[in-house]
Amino acid sequence: MGLFDKFKSIFSNDKKEKRELDLYTNGLEKTREQFVSKLSILNHKYTKVNEVYFEELEEILIMADIGVNTVMEFIERLRNRVKKEQIEDTKDLMEVIVDEMFIIYVNNSVIINKINKNNNGPTVVLFVGVNGVGKTTTIGKIANKLTNEGNKVLLVAGDTFRAGAVEQLKEWGQRVNCEVVSKADADPASVVYDGLELAKKENFDYVLIDTAGRLQNKVNLMNELEKINKVIGKVIEGAPHETLLVIDATTGQNGISQAKSFKEITNVSGLVLTKLDGTAKGGIVLAIKESVDIPVKFVGLGEKKEDLRVFDIEKYIYGLFKGMEDLENGK
Amino acid sequence: MFESLGERLQNAVDKIRGYGKITEDNISDVVREIRLALLEADVNYKVVKEFINSVKEKALGEEVKKSLKPGEVFVKILKDELVELLGGEKQDLNLNGTPATLMLVGLQGTGKTTMIGKLGLMLRKKHHKKPLLVACDVYRPAAIDQLNQIGKELNIEVYSEGKGNPVEISNNAIKYAKENGFDYVLIDTAGRLHIDDELMTELKNINENIKPNEILLVVDSMTGQDAINVIEGFNATLPLTGAILTKLDGDTRGGAALSIRHLTNVPIKFIGVSEKMDGIEEFYPERMATRILGMGDIMTMLEKAEEVIDQDEAMKTAKKLQKGDFDLEDFLSQLKQIKKLGPLENLIKMIPGANKMGLNNVKVNPKDMAHIEAIILSMTPKERKNPEILKSSRKIRIAKGSGRTVEEVNRLLKQFEQMKQMMKQFKNGNLKMPF
Repeated sequence: MGLFDKFKSIFSNDKKEKRELDLYTNGLEKTREQFVSKLSILNHKYTKVNEVYFEELEEILIMADIGVNTVMEFIERLRNRVKKEQIEDTKDLMEVIVDEMFIIYVNNSVIINKINKNNNGPTVVLFVGVNGVGKTTTIGKIANKLTNEGNKVLLVAGDTFRAGAVEQLKEWGQRVNCEVVSKADADPASVVYDGLELAKKENFDYVLIDTAGRLQNKVNLMNELEKINKVIGKVIEGAPHETLLVIDATTGQNGISQAKSFKEITNVSGLVLTKLDGTAKGGIVLAIKESVDIPVKFVGLGEKKEDLRVFDIEKYIYGLFKGMEDLENGK
Repeated sequence: MFESLGERLQNAVDKIRGYGKITEDNISDVVREIRLALLEADVNYKVVKEFINSVKEKALGEEVKKSLKPGEVFVKILKDELVELLGGEKQDLNLNGTPATLMLVGLQGTGKTTMIGKLGLMLRKKHHKKPLLVACDVYRPAAIDQLNQIGKELNIEVYSEGKGNPVEISNNAIKYAKENGFDYVLIDTAGRLHIDDELMTELKNINENIKPNEILLVVDSMTGQDAINVIEGFNATLPLTGAILTKLDGDTRGGAALSIRHLTNVPIKFIGVSEKMDGIEEFYPERMATRILGMGDIMTMLEKAEEVIDQDEAMKTAKKLQKGDFDLEDFLSQLKQIKKLGPLENLIKMIPGANKMGLNNVKVNPKDMAHIEAIILSMTPKERKNPEILKSSRKIRIAKGSGRTVEEVNRLLKQFEQMKQMMKQFKNGNLKMPF
C-alpha cells in the first residue's frame, strides 16, 4: 500500500481531515495547476513507460524547481525500479513516483513541525534569509498564531539596515497586538540584547527576532549575523531555540546555497517557505531537505496575518500530484 | 555573479577544444555537462533544450567538419548562441516627454523600492535632470516610509499621499511634477502576484491613466523556473518595455537573464549589483555572454583604453611589434599608457581567459611599475635600443642610478626578453589565444 492509497482513504473517510486538507490545498491550487495538468497529460500521452516518458517527467520536475541533482538521481532511481519491478504501465509508476518523493523528503528522519519550546523562560526564534523573501511578514504571521494560542509574544526589530524595516515590523506589532523592541541607529546585536533582557524581565513566552536580509556570499554581513547569534546565546542559555530560514517559493537552485551558507553560521532548524500562493512550486525545499537536511516548518500563502500554515509534507506532495487520483478514477 | 556558470561551461569547453574531430559520440559528455550547467543556473528548461539542440546541430554540421580546429569552432558556436539568447543589442530607456514617466512593477520582495532610488540617482547624475519618486505602494506596511528614507538619503523629492488610491496618486504626482519642473517621474508600485486579478487590474488602470514611457519589471535574479510564468503574467496585462535584474551580487548563476529575453522578447535594461544606492549597471548582452564564457570583457576594457590612450603612439608601437623590433624604449612608452588606465587588477580581470591563467586574483603593486620605469630611465638611449649590450658594469651603474638592485635589473631584462619571444610567436601565429 503506497502513500497514494493513504490519501485516498483520507479523502473518503475523514471529513474533518478533508476540510483541513482543502484549506491547505486551496492555497496551493494555483501552485499546483500547471504541474498537475502536465502530469495528467503525461499519463494520457503514454501508457507505456519509455525513454520519452522519463524525459518529460524530468522536465516537469525541473520546472517545479526541485533541484537538478535531486531530479537526476530521482529519475535514476525510478529507472532502476522500473527495471527491477518490471513496471510497464504508467499508472503503476505514478504510485512509485509519489512514494519516492516522500522518501526523498523524509529520509528516515523524524519530522517535527512544532517550534522547539523552551520550558525555562522565553523561547527565542531567530529569523534569517536573503533580501526580500518575507522575513518581517512571516514574523507578523507567526506572532499572530502564537498570540492566538494565548502566548505573550515580543518582536525584536533586528533589521536596522534597510530603510523602513523597523516601521514595517512596528506596523505588524500593532496589527497582531505585540510589543516591539527597536532602537534608532543602533547595532543589531545591541537591539537584540535589549529585547532579550526585556523578555526575561517581563516573562514573555516567545521572542521573535527579525534580521536584515543578507546575501549569503557577503562575508561581513554573515559575520554580523554570527555576532547576533552569539549575543542571543549569551543572554539566554541555549537560545536561539529555533532558527528559521525564510525561503521565497520562487527561488531556484540558489536555495541550496542559501541553506548551506546560513546553516554554517547559525543553527538553522527549519525553513519557512513563503509566497506559495503564486505560481511557483517551491520544489527546491525537497532538494534542501535532501542535501542539507533542514525540514520546512511553515508555509506562507498570502499577505494577510492568517495566511500561514504548518507544513505537512504529505499534503504538500499530495498538492503537487492532485489530479492523478482523479485521473485514476477516470474523472 | 555569473562566474560559477562560466567556470562550468569553460571546463566543458576545455575538454572539447582539443578534439581533432567532432562526432555525436565524443561531444555527448560535453553537451550533457553544458546542459546541467545551464539547468543548475536556473535557465529555463525549454530554453536549455532549444539551446542544446541548436548547438549540437551546428557542431555536427558542415562548418565544423571543414574546419581544421573543430574545437575552436564549437566554442565560437557556443558564444554566438549565448549572445543570441541574451538578446543582441543593448536597449536604452525611452525618456521622451516632460516629464518622462517610469513605472516599476514586480512580485513582492524583488527590490522595486531600492531600485527606484538607484534609478533616480543614476538619471540625475547622467542627465543632470530632476527626478521625482512617487510612493504608490499603499499596501505593504511601511513601504512609503522606506521610499521616504531613500529619498532623504539621496536628496530626491518623494511624492506621497499616504494610503490613497494608487491610480489617483500617480495622476496627481504627474500634475505635481509638471507644475514644479521635474523631468522624470519614477513610480514605485506594490509587489503583487501576476495571478492576483484585482491588483493586476490596478496596474492596468495606472497604465491607461498615465501612459508611462517605461514599464519595467523588476526580477530577482535568484528566481527559478517560475520566472517565465511571472514575466508572461505581467506582460499579458501590461506592455512591459524592459526588465531589471536585481541581487546579482549574490552567488546566483542568474539563469533568468538567459531566459527572459529569449522567451518574451522583453529586453533586460539594468542590473542591480549591490545594496548601495550606486549599485546599478546598464545591461550589455554581448558583454554578459563573453563574461559567462570566461572570455573577458574586452569591450569595457577597450572603451576604457580609448578614453586614455594616445592613438598615434599606439599605432607606432603596433607597427614596431609587427616588424619585431620592439625595444625597451617602446616598452617604457607602453608602460606609461597602461598606467593611465587605472588599477591593473581591474583591467586584468577583463582579459580573455584571465580566470584560467590564474590572473583573476593577481595583486599588482603600483610601486613595482614605478621601479621598472626608474630602471629603464636610468639606461642610456643606446642601451634601451640594444639591451643585449648590458653587461655587469653597466647593470651596476643602472641599479645605482635607479636606486634598485642588480637582481631587479636582471629580472626586468629577463621579463622583457620573454615578452619579446611571446611577441614573435604572436607574429608567427603560433601563440594560442584563449579564444
